[in-house]
Amino acid sequence: MDVERVRPLIPNEAKKRLIQVVGAENYDDTKTGRLVYSYDATPQFQSLPDAVIAPRNTKEVAEIAKICNEYRIPIVPRGSGTNLCAGTCPVEGGIVLLFNHMNRILEIDEENLTATVQPGVVTLDLTKAVEEKGLFYPPDPGSMKISTIGGNISENSGGLRGLKYGVTRDYVLGLEVVLANGDVIRTGGKLAKDVAGYDLTRLFVGSEGTLGIVTEATLKLIPMPETKQTMLALYQDLEAAARSVSKIIANKIIPVTLEFLDQPTLEVVEDFARIGLPTDVKAVLLIEQDGPKEVVERDMKKMADICRAEQAVSVQLARSEEEAEALRTARRAALSALARLKPTTILEDATVPRSEIAKMVKAINEIAEKYQLKICTFGHAGDGNLHPTCPTDARNREEMERVERAFEEIFAKAIELGGTITGEHGVGVMKAPYLEWKLGPAGIAAMKAVKQALDPNNIMNPGKVFAKSTRKRVVVTR
Amino acid sequence: MTTKIERALIQKAFQERMDEDELMNCMRCGFCLPSCPTYIESGQQEAQSPRGRIALMKAVVDGLIEPDEEVERALNLCLGCRACESVCPSGVRYGHLLEEARDIIAQHKKMPLPVRLIRKLVFAGLFPHQERMRKATAFLGWYQRSGLRTLARKTGLLRLLPASFRQMERVLPDVPTAKEMKNRPHRLNPDGTVKKRVAFFAGCLMDTMFMETNDATLRLLQLAGCEVIIPPSQGCCGALHGHGGEKEMAKELAKRNISAFEQLDVDCIVTNAGGCGAFLLEYDHLLKDDSEWRDRAEAFAAKIKDISEVLVELGFHQLPLRVAPQTITYQDSCHLRNVMKTAAAPRRLLRAIDGVEFREMNDADRCCGSAGIYNLVEPEMSMQILDHKMEMAKQTKATTIVTANPGCLLQMKLGIERAGLSGSVRAVHIVDLLLEAAEGAQATQGEERIRQTS
Repeated sequence: MDVERVRPLIPNEAKKRLIQVVGAENYDDTKTGRLVYSYDATPQFQSLPDAVIAPRNTKEVAEIAKICNEYRIPIVPRGSGTNLCAGTCPVEGGIVLLFNHMNRILEIDEENLTATVQPGVVTLDLTKAVEEKGLFYPPDPGSMKISTIGGNISENSGGLRGLKYGVTRDYVLGLEVVLANGDVIRTGGKLAKDVAGYDLTRLFVGSEGTLGIVTEATLKLIPMPETKQTMLALYQDLEAAARSVSKIIANKIIPVTLEFLDQPTLEVVEDFARIGLPTDVKAVLLIEQDGPKEVVERDMKKMADICRAEQAVSVQLARSEEEAEALRTARRAALSALARLKPTTILEDATVPRSEIAKMVKAINEIAEKYQLKICTFGHAGDGNLHPTCPTDARNREEMERVERAFEEIFAKAIELGGTITGEHGVGVMKAPYLEWKLGPAGIAAMKAVKQALDPNNIMNPGKVFAKSTRKRVVVTR
Repeated sequence: MTTKIERALIQKAFQERMDEDELMNCMRCGFCLPSCPTYIESGQQEAQSPRGRIALMKAVVDGLIEPDEEVERALNLCLGCRACESVCPSGVRYGHLLEEARDIIAQHKKMPLPVRLIRKLVFAGLFPHQERMRKATAFLGWYQRSGLRTLARKTGLLRLLPASFRQMERVLPDVPTAKEMKNRPHRLNPDGTVKKRVAFFAGCLMDTMFMETNDATLRLLQLAGCEVIIPPSQGCCGALHGHGGEKEMAKELAKRNISAFEQLDVDCIVTNAGGCGAFLLEYDHLLKDDSEWRDRAEAFAAKIKDISEVLVELGFHQLPLRVAPQTITYQDSCHLRNVMKTAAAPRRLLRAIDGVEFREMNDADRCCGSAGIYNLVEPEMSMQILDHKMEMAKQTKATTIVTANPGCLLQMKLGIERAGLSGSVRAVHIVDLLLEAAEGAQATQGEERIRQTS
């Protein structure tokens, strides 16, 4: 854990100028102030920034960028610090940029079906605000109660509804971005069609703060689906559940949610949430469909039939909205509930094409056994995005090494099956050593060229995405 | 200000005493942030969140930072409402961490003489001695009744007090006389057959300043069919000490209460103040390192139950209950909700009263800013939180705000004053309202009988 770095602090002159921009009350370089922004939700990463700055508007962000560019001070934009790839851990120091003053919903445009927001808006607040108008913002990352839209955009967050509605990327129409040199650019707009030049909007979404600072976003909204139904299918056989997922899709049904929880996960979630989940079965599928009533009913029936044909031991439809909500809450709490088992929780998001889910789940089980680890698997089975999670203890070095080796094998397997090392958490520092496995040297070079062009001094969230050294891939070659 | 030596001692004590597993258990997921009143009111300052405070405690243990003024400030500004625990998926017992940290700081920091004197006077001189509590309350009663209060208010003498104390003076209840506070009952029989045998934890402030509420509680228990035992050797629960960095004193008080109750053959020990109940419920944690007392504390804690739970168990909500038509809202007592996990029972009881239109206020589960003596020591943050609370209460258009803890009750009264609603809105303890409703129903039944016979 590299907490204190030996490096020059922000020069006095730069500090003075930064304070001139944001005011002394929005510049904090006390030890306490820095410490509480030295981490995010990623285990085992902590590093102190040199200062924490809370700008009030785009102009101030641009001024900050200019000063930092001049003095080569790293900038780490941070929402609520809930990401799981150490994306907002200031590994090379510099300043952490907060958006708690830039947290307003600027407009909900009911004619163009868009919402224009500042980056500090909490995801759930936006969801609620648009729902009041009968509209729908589908991305729902697990931490939506506290994550910010700015953070969601930078990480291209997914969520439970990704299978049918896509992820954050699919709902960002336009951005205002402050570049490393302090230039302010606007990409896209309230437009369904726009081919004027490169699609920079898509470039910035998911760029993890390494290319620029998002200061405003125009998001796509859709009409609120009329109804929604929820059901639970229980299996005595893990692979039967995975096969059901593939079959549902192959039968041309795209449910809004198709979530998977294995037995160890179920036990922990039930212990935490006490909602009457069965804990004696090997796997559970949480299936939801939304849309017009007739369509929902037809799809639910078809899916129930498929589950039964795949030897589901029971298929139950939630009888009330409360029941359905309780089931969803359970799935949402899965990650954190696992934290109750051991002090440290390593959560990954290896992702495969959905046709390969059964193989991936089987491989995870075998790998867990090989390294004698407990790995609980849950996740967004419908889009192939699994969360193999290992409850462990960071103080046990020997076990941590086994954990690392197991996850290396899991990543390798995912790539072998045509998948990726991360489906929705991002690369950050955590996955940087593995990125080349997925992209190859040419892919990395292309990305580095983009980075070099937009941020030649490497001040934008340095140390993320690109690793100083790449892991040797010993397990498989492709 | 702490000296360098004090900081070093505090740091060492952190390393020796803070529960490392509990600190490690926080996975920094951030789920606690939206539940934390100080995080919200401070404009999303991480240092004012549970996650931030745990990170600070851990950093002190790890030696990354010194326990300086800012660390202390972050810990002081915590309400200790423990709303974060209810939403923490990893089950981190934040309240225990906070208590330990505050105790370490209080025990190693040389406070200014006046502060030390006041702490000694309050923690050691007053609260543990019930006869002194009675005398102090009687003195307050004399102040209220002798005309001195009127004089003090008129002459502006009160302006010498800090604003927060001045406001508190205005909302204190009219207290009982010394005579009334003596001769407390030790045993009461139920109306009708015995359905349950219970003990009653009377508390220190509750049995003096809020004696009327205690009497109402006892009356309700009788109406519900309880034989009630009130052991005279009990005393202050020690919550104030525990939360204020005087754990050793809290332990002594805990032992006194355990001894007072453990021999009784009762189904449960009833409390009517969320703050006290929660602290009693955690005596097992308080005495976990004391081999002689640990098991006894566990047995004691297992019997603690809030009055509303006991009443619901006995079907009190099915009895006739009636008040004049009014809209009511309920403000959770944080420790009743977050530690004792009692939230549904009070609502169920309130909804059962004829004439009541119950309207849930937004964020009813968020702290009102009272938090023990927080409103006196951190008035600015407390009033900010209170004003938000009153906005939420106003939206319900309730004319009665019900709470279940004396501190919350005073804070609600203060909030009503601040919001200029004194004539139109009242704040009451739930047991007082329930008794009003039970007696109201009896009165109407009486009237109906008269009409029927005439």
